Amino acid sequence: MFDNLPEFISTILDGLGLTLAATLGGIAISAVLSFVFGLAMLSGSRIVRVVARIYVEIWRGTSEVVQLFWIFFVLPVLVGYQIVPLMAGIVVLGLNFGAYGAEIVRGAIQAVPRAQYEGAIALSLTPAQRMRRVILPQALVEMVPPFNNLFIQLLKGSALLTMITVPEMTNQARNVLMDLYTGQAGLIWTVLLVFYLLLSVLITFGMKFLERRAARIVGRGPSQAARDRGLAIAVEAGAGRGGGFPT
Amino acid sequence: MIHFDGVLKKFGDTVVLDGLDFAVKPGEFVTLIGPSGSGKTTILRLLMTLEQVSDGKIWVGGECLSHMKRGERLVPADDKHQRVVRKRIGMVFQQFNLFPNMKVLQNITEAPIRVLGLSRADAEQRAHELLELVGLSEKVNEHPSRLSGGQQQRVAIARALAMRPDVLLLDEVTSALDPELVAGVLALLKDIAATTDITFLCVTHEMNFARDVSDRVLMFDAGQIVEDAPPDKLFTEPDHERTRTFLQAVLNRG
Amino acid sequence: MNWDWDYAWEVLPGIVGEGLLVTLRVTVLASLVAYALGLVLALLRRSPVAVVRWIVWGFIEFIRSTPLIVQVFFAFFVLPNIGIKFDPEPTGVIVIGLHYACYTAEVYRAGIDAVPKGQWEAATALSLPRGRTWFAVILPQAIPRVLPALGNYSISLLKETPILLTIGVLDIVGAAYQEGSAAFRYPEPITIAGVLFLVVSYSASLLVRRLERRVARSN
Repeated sequence: MFDNLPEFISTILDGLGLTLAATLGGIAISAVLSFVFGLAMLSGSRIVRVVARIYVEIWRGTSEVVQLFWIFFVLPVLVGYQIVPLMAGIVVLGLNFGAYGAEIVRGAIQAVPRAQYEGAIALSLTPAQRMRRVILPQALVEMVPPFNNLFIQLLKGSALLTMITVPEMTNQARNVLMDLYTGQAGLIWTVLLVFYLLLSVLITFGMKFLERRAARIVGRGPSQAARDRGLAIAVEAGAGRGGGFPT
Repeated sequence: MIHFDGVLKKFGDTVVLDGLDFAVKPGEFVTLIGPSGSGKTTILRLLMTLEQVSDGKIWVGGECLSHMKRGERLVPADDKHQRVVRKRIGMVFQQFNLFPNMKVLQNITEAPIRVLGLSRADAEQRAHELLELVGLSEKVNEHPSRLSGGQQQRVAIARALAMRPDVLLLDEVTSALDPELVAGVLALLKDIAATTDITFLCVTHEMNFARDVSDRVLMFDAGQIVEDAPPDKLFTEPDHERTRTFLQAVLNRG
Repeated sequence: MNWDWDYAWEVLPGIVGEGLLVTLRVTVLASLVAYALGLVLALLRRSPVAVVRWIVWGFIEFIRSTPLIVQVFFAFFVLPNIGIKFDPEPTGVIVIGLHYACYTAEVYRAGIDAVPKGQWEAATALSLPRGRTWFAVILPQAIPRVLPALGNYSISLLKETPILLTIGVLDIVGAAYQEGSAAFRYPEPITIAGVLFLVVSYSASLLVRRLERRVARSN
């Protein structure tokens, strides 16, 4: 029964590169968009706030599959050229999870105690300095657990790219192995699930490392209280469903 | 009625009760006083099986609460055994702990129906009688959230009495009440103590009440009984220095 | 780009009719599964038997850490192999329900933990049996509080139902995709599906927000 295991593993791993490309690309774009739009939602300018809010509501409120199909099938017809499936996927992942991430950033920044703002104002720091030197560093620690959940969801989202023909891991299992080895479906899909599990754990390790770095900047270790606050922020942002091992 | 035999209670490394021995006779009204953290509430919680002894034994009405017989040996009691012994004990809490999702009537009838096996009709009749006793007959169909603190506590008392307990534990039952509601509840308790055979074990800061209604007062400090005397003696001529200083501090605050 | 209104009109009924029906059916049924099963899982997580707790924890973490679409494919390909008759829509409902039960379990856990300890103590003081304590005291206080969170998960669930098109369930997006493939013309059906989907999920989120306000008010 396990004779074909090496072949299963290597075939699935053929898709690993694209899974990682989609995931990391998505993480990079969504991280940037999270901060841009998260801060925008706290802007003094009403227009900026509204535009950011529209972005968040549209990309949070619609289905990822619909977004993928639209960018892959419809957009090319509108703008005239074809988009490489992987690119379409990365863009959708980035925009979609950037919207959830923006809520996380906004929530974490707003959770920094008012007293910190007042102290910074009393010291005559400019708004930019205030944000960069006082507020953001404190908010960063709170952000890490919900972002951990979010990025794991992003990883899981990369599996949806099979629906627009990107040959990542799930696609490998579905379109390559299933045609050849339908009888061994149980083993094949289990192997795939385990791979995703391992990648989830890797992401969690990475984020834990980041959390410790962020906490050291403000001089404390990650506490369970901080984790619970992080969970509260994540739930409010709509990103509370995550995976991976408890942070 | 109640017998503590060499009871030791630790929370982690902190010793809260250290080899405690004391007894309460049936029908007695015993009050426990003393500074916070002296272990008074722990005693009530042990009797209510909300905590378990670290060592020693507790007896209630001749039956062992903390341990049960397995063959020839005594082993720590399991939940089933404790539930049987515990049925004779009732408790009224500082925070009332009424069930917010039930009306007053159901709060009182729930346990008699489910635990004592009363019919709904019998349970409701008992509930009506008790509500009359505590002076809240007209509130029978209200939700607890609509009642004042004093009213909620009186319902809680009725709920405890509905189980016809042999022992009633009172855990600082007036500490969470507005001062003007305290007197009503205390008067009710005094009434019940006088008219029933229930054994009372009461933790309170209300010294006048303690003096007025108790048969005996126990002064606690650091997990030990410092003094054990009838209220007249303890309040006027305490034997121990610790009792004296405590009473001075408490009574001087008025 | 030339939008073909005739074509759009032609594909509309399939998408808005049968497709919408399937989407709503799957969402509602899977949500019910998730609500019921989630409570079971949450209660099992509190079992006095350590092995039960661990198995349930492991199961929940495994499901939450792996993609739903892979779990759907798992069911689609493996069930026939072990002799279980496979109908795409019911199977999809159960897989999605199971997946989201692992999230609602956490919601229930938070709700149960939020019930004041005094309630447990009062139940003990009255010697209420465990079952009665859960049924009459704890759950009636825990569940209403978490209904908005459950509602939000239903909305997430709604947005993931198009995954089922990969196993032949023709929901809004599935119907659109099928029409598009048949005519080799995707923009019209997909756009219609997108707009319809947005309307459905926005309406659902309004409902949940109303539910949130009602729960907040009753506290």
